Formats: sequence, C-alpha cells, structure tokens
Amino acid sequence: MWDVLALLVNTSVFAAAFRMATPLIFAALGGILSERSGVVNIALEGMMLTGAFTAVFVTYHTGMPWVGVLGAMAAGALMGLLHAVVCIRYRANQVVSGTALNIFAGGLTVFLLRFFFNIAGTSPAVNVIPDITIPVLNRIPWIGKILGRQNPLVYLALVSVVVVHIVLFKTVWGLRLRSVGEHPRAADTVGVNVYRIRYVAVALSGALAGIGGSYLSIAHLSRFSENMTAGRGFIALAAMIFGKWTPLGALGACLFFGYADALQMRLQNLGIPVQFVQMLPYVLTMIALAGFIGQAVAPKASGEPYVKEG
Amino acid sequence: MVKVLEMQGITKQFPRVLANDRIDFDVNQGEIHALVGENGSGKSTLMNILYGLYHADAGDIYVRGEKVQINEPRAAIDLKIGMVFQHFMLVEPLTVAENIVLGSEVRRGPFLDYKRAAEEVERLSAEYGLSIDPHAKISDLSVGLQQRVEILKALYRGAEILILDEPTAVLTPQEVDELMEVMRNLRDKGTSIVFITHKIREVLAVSDRVTVLRRGKKVGTKKTSETNEQDLAEMMVGRVVLLQVDKTPAEPGEEVLAVQSARVRDKLGTLRVNDVSLTIRSGEVLGIAGVEGNGQQELVEAIVGLTRIESGQIIFNGVDITGWSPLRIKQAGLGYVPEDRHKRGLILDYSLADNLVLGLHSEPPFIKRLGIRDDKAVQDNAERMVEEYDIRPPLPNQLVKRFSGGNQQKVVVAREFTRNPELLICSQPTRGVDIGAIEFIHEQVISQRDQGAAVLLVSAELDEILSLSDRIAVMYNGKIVTVMPAHEATEHKLGFLMLGGNLEDYQGEGGNNSVR
Ligand SMILES: Nc1ncnc2c1ncn2[C@@H]1O[C@H](COP(=O)(O)OP(=O)(O)OP(=O)(O)O)[C@@H](O)[C@H]1O
Ligand SMILES: [Mg+2]
Repeated sequence: MWDVLALLVNTSVFAAAFRMATPLIFAALGGILSERSGVVNIALEGMMLTGAFTAVFVTYHTGMPWVGVLGAMAAGALMGLLHAVVCIRYRANQVVSGTALNIFAGGLTVFLLRFFFNIAGTSPAVNVIPDITIPVLNRIPWIGKILGRQNPLVYLALVSVVVVHIVLFKTVWGLRLRSVGEHPRAADTVGVNVYRIRYVAVALSGALAGIGGSYLSIAHLSRFSENMTAGRGFIALAAMIFGKWTPLGALGACLFFGYADALQMRLQNLGIPVQFVQMLPYVLTMIALAGFIGQAVAPKASGEPYVKEG
Repeated sequence: MVKVLEMQGITKQFPRVLANDRIDFDVNQGEIHALVGENGSGKSTLMNILYGLYHADAGDIYVRGEKVQINEPRAAIDLKIGMVFQHFMLVEPLTVAENIVLGSEVRRGPFLDYKRAAEEVERLSAEYGLSIDPHAKISDLSVGLQQRVEILKALYRGAEILILDEPTAVLTPQEVDELMEVMRNLRDKGTSIVFITHKIREVLAVSDRVTVLRRGKKVGTKKTSETNEQDLAEMMVGRVVLLQVDKTPAEPGEEVLAVQSARVRDKLGTLRVNDVSLTIRSGEVLGIAGVEGNGQQELVEAIVGLTRIESGQIIFNGVDITGWSPLRIKQAGLGYVPEDRHKRGLILDYSLADNLVLGLHSEPPFIKRLGIRDDKAVQDNAERMVEEYDIRPPLPNQLVKRFSGGNQQKVVVAREFTRNPELLICSQPTRGVDIGAIEFIHEQVISQRDQGAAVLLVSAELDEILSLSDRIAVMYNGKIVTVMPAHEATEHKLGFLMLGGNLEDYQGEGGNNSVR
C-alpha cells in the first residue's frame, strides 16, 4: 500500500510523465491549430508515424538527429498539405480523409522500412538526441529532479505550448485563424483569406505532429518500429478536447495522460495486472470524452468545408 | 448632386432563378436610398454583388465615377463600401473589439494591439453615438447591440457607402428609432446609405429616395417626398394591398391552454419568467406585448417544452403537459412558429421539401410501412405548400439556405399552420417578410382562430399585436403586468405599460405619464 502511495509522488514518475507527455503535446498542439482553423485532423496518428520514420531515415543517412527532426517536420507538413488539399480544395469529408491518411501512413512506413532498410519490424539503431542538463534548474529541490535533466525535445514541447498560445491569442494571424474556424463566412466578408489560413494551419499541424513522432524514434528510442505510435495520435486528440482546444489546457491533459502512462509502467512492476493498468489512459480518455470536460466548446465550423456562394 | 455609386444593367442568374434582371441603381453622395421589394425580389443579391460576394453575369459598377471590378469583399472594403448583413456576420466567441478590427487589425509587428483596438472602438462609438463595451463577448450581446457592432465594423473600415440589409427586422421599436437617428447622423456627416427594409413607415421616415424591385426587375425609383404608403405598397406587390386586417369578433370556446404560476430560469440561473399565469381559449388570439427580453421568449419556450420550468404547471386541453418533450407536445396538437427561424425553425442544409415535414416526418402520410419515408408524399406535400403559401422560387428540392429570408419564414409558417393545430404559438411570425406576405400570414392567423385554434401571439410590432389580438397581455420584467381586451388597448397605452408603467398611473394620451 505505502509502496503505491510513495510511487504516486515519486519524482522519477513525474520525470517520466514529462517524457511520455512530450509526443502527445506536440501532436495535441497540431490538433489545436488545425481544428481552430476549422479542419478536423484525426490524421495526427499517421502524421506522427510518418514523422517517426522520416526522423530515423534522415538520421541514418546524415548521422545528425536534429536534421532528422527537421525531416520529420517536413514529412508531417507534407501529410498535412495532402489532408488540406483533400479537405479544402476537394471538400472531402474530413474524418474520412483523416482515416485514409492514417491507414496510408501505416502502410507507407512499413513499405519504406522494407524498401530502404530491407528489414521488417524494426529499423537499425541510429544516433539519438541526447538528454541535457539545465544548469540552475537542476539544483532546485524536487523540480530539479523532474525537469533538471531531460531531452531537449521535452523542453521544446513546453516552449511550443507557450508559442502556440501566443500565436493563437495574441497575434493577428491567430485572431484570423480562430475566426476562420468559427465563422468562415464572416471572416471572408472582412477580407480574410479563409482557404490560405486553413492550408497553413493544417500544414503546421502536420509539422508539429511530425516532431512528436520524431521524439519517439530518435529521442525516446533509437529506432523506428512498425506502428510505434500505438494510438498516441488519438490520445493527443483526446487531450486537445480535454483541454478545450487551448494549448495550456491540452498541456495539462497531456501531462495527466503522461503521468497515467508513467504510473502504469511502475504499477506493472508491483504485480497489479498488466492489462488493467494499461487500460488506464484509455479509460480516462473515454471519461474525458463522455463529458467531463463540461460543455462542448469545439470551434463551430470545425469539420465543415467552406464554400463561397454565387 | 454627386453620384457616389452607379450600378448599370446588373444581371444575376441563379440556377433556375433570375435574381437580378438588368437592374440600374444609383446612390447620391450623402443620401439615404431605400431599397424595397417583396421577399426574393433580389435586394440582397444586388447588394451582395456590390460587396463582391456574388458575381454578376452582366452589368457595370461605377464608384465615384470610376468603373470598378469588385470580385471579393476586400475590393469593396478598399472602395470604402461597408455592408451590414441581413444575417449577422459576427464571430460569437470573440469580443466586440476583435470582431470590429478583424481583417484590418491594428498591429504591433505580428501582434494584435488589442489595447489600441479597444480605444479605437471607443473613439468611434463616441463619435457616432453608438455606445458599446469593446470587451464584451458577442455571444453575450442582444441582437440590437450586435447590430451596433456590425455598423461600427463598417465605419471602422472607413465606409462611405454603407449598405444596411434589413437592419430593422430584428430590432425593438425603440431600437429602430435609435437606428434611424444614427442613420440621419451618418448621412449628415456625408455617408451614403442603402437601406433595405420591408416597412414602408421606415422608408417614409428616413429615406431621401426609394427604389422598388419586383421579381428581379426594377419597378422604379422615386423621391420619397413624392410618394406615399399606398403608392409604395402597390409598386412593391403589384396590386392594392390591405394594410388593415379585417376580422370578426372572437367567439371563444373551451379553455385550451392554462399556464399556472410558471417560473423559468435561463442558463445562467437568472429568473426570466416570474410567476406567470395565463389562459387562452379556443377561437381567440392572446397577444403578448413587451419589449424584447422581458421573458416572452423564455415563457414560450417553456410552453413548447424547449426549456424546463422551475415551478408551476402547463395544462393543455385539461392535461398536465409540464415536462413533456417538445415532440410529444407537438403531436398533442401544437403549432409553433419560433422567433429565430435559423436556430429553431429550419435546418438550413435540408431541402425545402424536407423542412416542410420536420416534426411530422415520423407520422403518416410521410411514412410508409416499416418506417420507410414516403418520398412521394413529402414531395407532393411540398408542391402543395409552395402553391398555397406562395413560396418562391417554387423549387421543392432547393436547399432552404438558398431562399431569401422572407421565403424562409413562409416555410416555417406553412409547416406549422397546415396541420390546423389546436394551440398555435407564433413568435414574431412576420419578421422579415414583405407586406404582401404579412397580409397573408395575418389572414392565416385569423383563419386559424376562426377554425377554433387558441393562438398565442408574441410580437415586438405593436401594430401586429393590436390588429390581431382579442386580448392583450403586457409582459414586463418576467411578469404579466396586465391583461386587457383588445378594444381597450392603444399603442400609446401599451408602450407605457411595456416600459414598466402601472395601469393605475396611466393618464391617457397627452397625460403626464412618467414611468416610475
Ligand atoms: N445562393 C443562391 N443560390 C440560389 N438561389 C439564390 C441564392 N441566393 C438567392 N437566391 C434566389 O435569388 C432570389 C433573390 O433573393 P434575395 O435574397 O436577393 O431576395 P431579397 O429581395 O433579399 O428577399 P428578402 O426580403 O426575403 O430577404 C430568390 O429567389 C432566392 O431564392
Ligand atoms: Mg434579403
């Protein structure tokens, strides 16, 4: 009993929570940008997976994991553009397009893995982005143990939350983005280019999800394996909803899911049935989706293509 | 006289509808030019073309003497043309200031200078006497205030040609007076205004010239001073219009609806209906007069089952229906014309035919065995309604959002009236409809009454209340202040009571009627 309680507040569990939350944070931020502009993006999962593969591929050839991250961003952005073209230009159903992209990404990465590395299942190991120590931070008691030494991408995720928050709520572009996602026609009547904003937002969404994927393959682990995202794109989507489509809210939700994930791994060591513990994040997600987030506050035009009349 | 705007030979063909047929229209510097005509006559289309939202098939536009191409709203804004739309274009979760500057923001680098935006709004609102809180969220504002935001939006962009598409349809009489004051004020500062309305009274009160459209064609342009009510009505409709409803005295029968000590709170927990009791008998019209926002809407929504009542009872034909679902109440014999046709009355992305069976779609004759929909019955029904209620254009498969505002209203009225309901609740039934249609809807209300329906009429139009009701209740601050027979009511008396006056204090027209 005391073991479990001690575990709940253990700094190493908190540190792990930040690590597990990092890919979710990137993807959730991506989801927020896309949906706030009015395009539903359930392809986050596929975008992460593509990013994870590309990161390994690029790192393998260049030896430089940071270049791998850039590659992952580019790949994610490309997926985003694809989604954008299908949804905005051809006005396809956004959920169908997202699902198709997820399936496509699953197949594509498996294919490319075999094609380029000639192996099935798991790629060869590549260089990873090493953890760093933040000088002053690491000496603060308690917090230092959690955040003093982490992967640079963990810090980047936290910085991105702040950046996206500022972009959304403090910049002109963010104001236009939000108006486009709420009432595209109103935005159009004051001369805002609805389509252009949506293209950019969805591409950025893909780039962010791509970074999230790269964290999995070249920071958390050092290789790509088939379907290594394992549903994290969907958890990120849940975090976005949990956080009411705000970066800070989503951060809270991601940390919560990350914490559940971290705890889950430790609890397994304590002899609690594995399956039960593994269910935890998903159960929480369902509870979240079932309305514990209060009134639905989704951007109003989210999911609807914008058609000019006349 | 300088012409700031000239439109020549504007033609616009929609699939199967010629919305504008070689229309010439011009506006002088600093004039208020009223644009009137029946529902669907092409007023909004013409103005949408001017604003760059629609593209004309033929015709030229000259602004300040120069020929221009207006392919998108941006171009119109750059030409200092501003438009307030029939259905507002505001982003609800954003603040007033954010909505006003959107698209032409005050920047500090990439950042929105929100403080300066708010100051700018305050400056404008002081200058034009349109007071508003720049930090309020749109969703918290009344319709009247939302409209103020729309006008400020256009002024902020430096509009010199201001288009107001049916701005008065959603306003209370007081707000209409205020708006007309604002319009005169703007005109005197040199702004040219195109004013679309269905109310001849307003045309005569505020405009300098008036242009009438009918079925996509221009009927003519006249100086307002050289025309009159009857003349304009005839130009609009193409025949003589009865501006008076004629009806026989009511012959009330059994009591159909009884509301007993109802209390209703809104979402925020504010008490909106405070201990209201009323009864309506079959064969009579009970009108509720009141300034909008005094609990009328909440009362109506409680009766039709859309909001829960906190305490009290609603008895319909002797049965306690408190807490029933809206569908069940409807099936028990309720017809309901809601105040907001877009939110409550229609599904804009459904066809006309589908909208005409909403709520009846699960009953015969629209359903075949095994619960399969009878498409033919739905189609036949639509064709009948289109004919009977003169819904234009007569295209049952057209999406409802493509119909003009007034024709959308006719769709709701047609659906709710044809089932001959025992209880008919009409909230603002003629909002945004043309005089011909008002005449028609009024006749229908009276004919429903004569066939034995109990009618509850809520309207911001005192004319409408006075000409249709047999008894009139005045609602103020959530309470029914008084109920009187229609013949004892006058516009003046009702106006006094609506603002919170006491019946005992009323000293008649010309008396000293200060509201305490
Ligand atoms: N986007 C559209 N697609 C097809 N038809 C349209 C479209 N917009 C308008 N129409 C049709 O064009 C005609 C003119 O409509 P318009 O909205 O200009 O009328 P209006 O004079 O503004 O009427 P109201 O007073 O009812 O608002 C109508 O028959 C309408 O159904
Ligand atoms: Mg119109």
